[in-house]
Amino acid sequence: MDGLAHQIIAGIATGGIYASVALALVMIYQATHHINFAQGEMATLSTFIAWYLVTEGVPYWIAFFATIGISFVIGALIERILLRPVQNAPPLTHVGVFIGLLLIIGNATGWIFGYTTKVFPTPFVSDAPLFGGLISAHELGTTAVTLVVLLLIFVFFRYTKLGLGMRAAAYNPRSARLVGINVGMMLALGWGLAAAVGAIAGMMVAPVVFLDPTMMLGILLYAFAGALLGGIDNPGGAVLGGFAVGVLENLAGAYVVGTELKLTVALIIIISVLLVRPAGLFGRVVLSRV
Amino acid sequence: MSSATGLPEGVAAAPLPVAEAGTPAWQRWLLVAGGIILALAPLWVLESFHLFQLTMAVIMALAVLGLNIVTGYNGQISLGHGAFFAVGAYCTAILMSHFDWSFWWTLPVSAAVCATVGFGIGFPALRLAGHYLALTTFALAVAVPQLLKHKAVEDWTGGVQGLFLVKPDPPAFLPVTPDQWIYLVVVSIAAVLFFLTWNLIRGRIGRALMATRDHPTAAEAMGMDIASLKTKAFAVSALVTGIAGSLSAVAIEFVAPDSFTIFVSITLFVGMVAGGVASILGSLFGGLFVLFVPNIAESISKAAPGVIYGIILIGLLFVMPDGFAGLLRRLTARLRRGGTS
Repeated sequence: MDGLAHQIIAGIATGGIYASVALALVMIYQATHHINFAQGEMATLSTFIAWYLVTEGVPYWIAFFATIGISFVIGALIERILLRPVQNAPPLTHVGVFIGLLLIIGNATGWIFGYTTKVFPTPFVSDAPLFGGLISAHELGTTAVTLVVLLLIFVFFRYTKLGLGMRAAAYNPRSARLVGINVGMMLALGWGLAAAVGAIAGMMVAPVVFLDPTMMLGILLYAFAGALLGGIDNPGGAVLGGFAVGVLENLAGAYVVGTELKLTVALIIIISVLLVRPAGLFGRVVLSRV
Repeated sequence: MSSATGLPEGVAAAPLPVAEAGTPAWQRWLLVAGGIILALAPLWVLESFHLFQLTMAVIMALAVLGLNIVTGYNGQISLGHGAFFAVGAYCTAILMSHFDWSFWWTLPVSAAVCATVGFGIGFPALRLAGHYLALTTFALAVAVPQLLKHKAVEDWTGGVQGLFLVKPDPPAFLPVTPDQWIYLVVVSIAAVLFFLTWNLIRGRIGRALMATRDHPTAAEAMGMDIASLKTKAFAVSALVTGIAGSLSAVAIEFVAPDSFTIFVSITLFVGMVAGGVASILGSLFGGLFVLFVPNIAESISKAAPGVIYGIILIGLLFVMPDGFAGLLRRLTARLRRGGTS
């Protein structure tokens, strides 16, 4: 029973990571209806930047917030430079641009920082076992950070004027423009925020899976699964979906399929959600008029 | 294009292959003859290693052609065609190394298996449009190496170690080395499949595929069975890419799970975009592009061919969205106009 409880708690901890990346995906999807295939690579690059700062002697938390800032700028720049010109192009072009982005960022990361696996520090250490050894300090810290980030994002979108403007720009760009919202700026901000959230997820997961240029590929897949499970147009749903997928993955890994088929579990979740309930658990069913 | 199909003009007016009706017969034969000479010349010109590279380029071209059928002509975005490539390669490898089949007999089996798998993937794909399909096939491609390594199939696939196989020997009456022979085999099979695909695309089915892509509602109103068309397009596409996989298995004489990562699928996608989306000739350019551009990129910067690859991809999407085939088409059109006026 202890084993089961531990698996579930560990699942919630990794689920938090998936939830953050899923949230980043949903933020971009809501604003532009694009699925950002390069989200994982962007997060990996951010994590490498944090790693570089920490190894240069910058204290962890300063490096943490500096990385978030840098990632925000990178995200906003990517939107401005690469996505804006193809705004109205067909989906194939978007997928192509995202794949190109994935190649560029992924390989640039390996080029600049090297392909060797690196140890990433965790700020959460504890000498005494917590809750009778049920949860590690890092798991607890990760979950706390994730929850704080999710709460902040929620408050930002729900209670600030800027958040309202971003929601308006995503929901109905034309009307938003008519009431004086700078829609282009909102899109860039959305990308920046998504990149920042992804960066946090990367820094939280790196101590567990170790840092290398392909670190986020599997995580991205789980985040896709979580976002789809919760409903890709519903941020709250995507977060819940991320947590659910984390627990599901851990339980399936421990009791059903073993660790070798973990990625296949993500594939199966994705396919079953899309087949059984394409809108996700909490998503809106979209009817298109022809 | 004949208007006897009953399709409204513009619906199926997608880019068509170069040798279109209106070209005199002798010109077309000249093109074919030129093509054959161009295809055979490397046998005498190139030494072993470069011939092998060219063989691989033709194989990649064939795989890109398969992707083009479903993504280019039918508009279903697949980022997972590497999976079919892997299925084809493993079909041939398993039959050759476990059952001592000759290479030739593995081809129909591999074609049938890949078409079946493609048909099976085509069903869930029906309910997924655009980005969702790209996402699902992306997930499929990411999962492929894991599936191949799994214990349940390890005895067949050879697990992480993979499988070794040998090239078929050239027939006694031909004075060619095994490398030259495999090049001949690959080029002939590719030529046949390119011709068949060209035939398929310029006919009724091809127009139906493009109509489904450009305006599904109108196509359905014209009486086209969209579901059947889309799943069959997936099956044919998987078949072509699968055969390319089979050929790659014998050309390399080795298959292993880690040669079929997501980057195979991405490479095919890049090849399609670079060569020209929805273009038969473009697929050929695409194959050459994905094989030779990374080499060139490597000579510019040893460390990061991938970066340059990505930059080229995005650059092409921005300035030349119809790929090399589109560029060629525009150039020839300009030449013709210049010639007549």
